[in-house]
Amino acid sequence: MNILIFILAHLVLTVTHQGYQPGDVATDFSLKSTDGKMVSMKDFPDAKGFIIVFTCNHCPFAIKYEDRINDLAKRYKPQGYELIAINPNDPEVQPADSFEAMQVRAKEKSFAFPYLFDEGQQIFPQYGATKTPHIFLLDKERVVRYIGAIDDNVEDATMVQEKYLENAIAALSQGSLPEPSVTKAIGCSIKVKK
Amino acid sequence: MIFFRTLFLSLFLSFGHVLSLQAQEYQSFESFDALKAYAFKNNDTTYIVNFWATWCGPCVKELPYFESVYRSYASEKVKLILVSLDFLNKIESHFIPFLNEHHFSGEVWLLRDRRFNKWIDEVDPSWSGAIPVTLLIKGGLRKFQEGEFSSEEDLSIFVQDFISQSK
Repeated sequence: MNILIFILAHLVLTVTHQGYQPGDVATDFSLKSTDGKMVSMKDFPDAKGFIIVFTCNHCPFAIKYEDRINDLAKRYKPQGYELIAINPNDPEVQPADSFEAMQVRAKEKSFAFPYLFDEGQQIFPQYGATKTPHIFLLDKERVVRYIGAIDDNVEDATMVQEKYLENAIAALSQGSLPEPSVTKAIGCSIKVKK
Repeated sequence: MIFFRTLFLSLFLSFGHVLSLQAQEYQSFESFDALKAYAFKNNDTTYIVNFWATWCGPCVKELPYFESVYRSYASEKVKLILVSLDFLNKIESHFIPFLNEHHFSGEVWLLRDRRFNKWIDEVDPSWSGAIPVTLLIKGGLRKFQEGEFSSEEDLSIFVQDFISQSK
């Protein structure tokens, strides 16, 4: 009986730890962007790194971070870091996150980054994203260097005390490892096909 | 006679008006530490603590389950605490009207501490960072669930199991 409980507990732990940890090599993808083109990381051979943002239209946390994500994309592109956003939600569960709605939002907000649709929900589980927004910072070899939140204040960018993502990029640029390398991404759970 | 009827009607209407304006009280906490210092002092009471927000669809959907399960323990030492993580700029426009519309019998707390990474592990290390989550506490015993309950019965079993284990 105890052994059974141990095995069960182990299974639960294994399941909850699915997805990438810092140091793992992240998979590339080929996903449709709101402009209709397919986008992959290999399209950016000169990139020094990638800021992969799992985000969506409907989640209030994602909306709060929209402008900050757009600013990060503009600010870090000249430094060689490509920000790529991926909507992982199933539109049947959350119609506001349909591809058409993504196109509208990308246009309205003049997104300065590719906004991709994880059609069939194949990519986010490999990364281990569970929320929107959920950040994965990769170096140029696609090694995961930071996972988690953008910063420590979703509601008010002016009240932020710790810029987790920007600090992680700064560390990476200096050739060191981000500390912390993992924070908890706060947001809405990813809406999985029922 | 018309005068009296009008008087009666106007009294009735104004009374109704007062009732509808009666506000549900809530406790506000600036920090998680302040909430912790205040909370969960009676060791023989079972606390049902639910973290929610008005903008969270699954949270709002399961709130009636909590109210109903809580009422079924009316004669026991059980307390329901609904901890809201509503956006601070939506308190007047969303949170307070929502409370006044629903009049919860559980206590409503508003936690204003936005540095989630500093405190969510204290609620439970397995909390990924999404809501709703539910924590049951009695003395040193705790039981945590992330994600919504599928039905009132689902929540009822969750609470009942904990209460019988903690006796």
